[in-house]
Amino acid sequence: MQIELNGQLVETDAQNVAALLHERQIDAACVASAFNGQFLPRSQYESQRLEAGCRLEVLSPMQGG
Amino acid sequence: MPSGSALADAGGLTMFYGFVPRSRFLLGTAGYPSPDILQQAICAADAEIITVSLRREGSQGGAFRELLSQLNRRVLPNTAGCHSVKEAVTTAWMARELFDTRWIKLEVIGNADTLQPDPFALVEAARILCADGFQVFPYTTEDLVVGEKLLEAGCEVLMPWGAPIGSGQGLRNIEGLRSLRAWFKDVPLIIDAGIGAPSQAAQAMELGFDAILLNTAVAKAQDPVLMAGAFAGAIRAGQEAYQAGLMERRDMAAASTPVFGLAQFS
Repeated sequence: MQIELNGQLVETDAQNVAALLHERQIDAACVASAFNGQFLPRSQYESQRLEAGCRLEVLSPMQGG
Repeated sequence: MPSGSALADAGGLTMFYGFVPRSRFLLGTAGYPSPDILQQAICAADAEIITVSLRREGSQGGAFRELLSQLNRRVLPNTAGCHSVKEAVTTAWMARELFDTRWIKLEVIGNADTLQPDPFALVEAARILCADGFQVFPYTTEDLVVGEKLLEAGCEVLMPWGAPIGSGQGLRNIEGLRSLRAWFKDVPLIIDAGIGAPSQAAQAMELGFDAILLNTAVAKAQDPVLMAGAFAGAIRAGQEAYQAGLMERRDMAAASTPVFGLAQFS
């Protein structure tokens, strides 16, 4: 299915957020996420199922003022 | 005594939600020529608290994460770039999880050109976050009423701007900031944004502000490390001057050399 990850359309076979991060080689402990615009706690990565067209924002620490 | 602050009242200690900072210089981490120069600048600034942000996971995320762990500084995540209550609150929740801190530098921008805070959204977001256990550092203006509302929302620190972010204009409304300091005697006040030169930082500290948060003036200096040290010295000088008590300003001259004993030659 196709989903939107950080503003980019991507194809994935992952069924949930945890699987998607694993597929993308993103360490879940080092990011924070929002699913369809809502904050998604790390504890829900396994249970949050992906659906076609869903939007996922995955953020990491960055320089800031 | 000069009009007091939490600093003076607590015997020289300013507290940010129970944390007593050794340094009055909070430094932003964006826009440095290299990670190495950032690291050196933080050391030269003797900054104990550094601001960070969250951005989409990409190639630089891992390197910065590693740098943060090496720096071993207290991290103050920001909500920079947020223009609505929802964006800011969501970003704050993500920051709390990612950085494992209740601290949040709350920015809700109301104007894209001046990066002026949206006071209505700021207060609303502060209310939500304080109720959720956050310790909010709100980026605000010198407006007393907005300050009152932020305190009512649960904030224990205010961060008025000196001037628009990245402008380097210094203290654009000195009298307004002076009023803010006088009104909120016991509230830690951090000047956040708009400081372009060490003299401006010293001026803010001489007015009795508790700390300075800046980024661009150091990051964009020709020599950021040298500039970080210059700001550290200025902030310390301004704070000591405030504690020492500045002399009253006069309209006319007042001779410092005694008149008594002056020779008569005519």
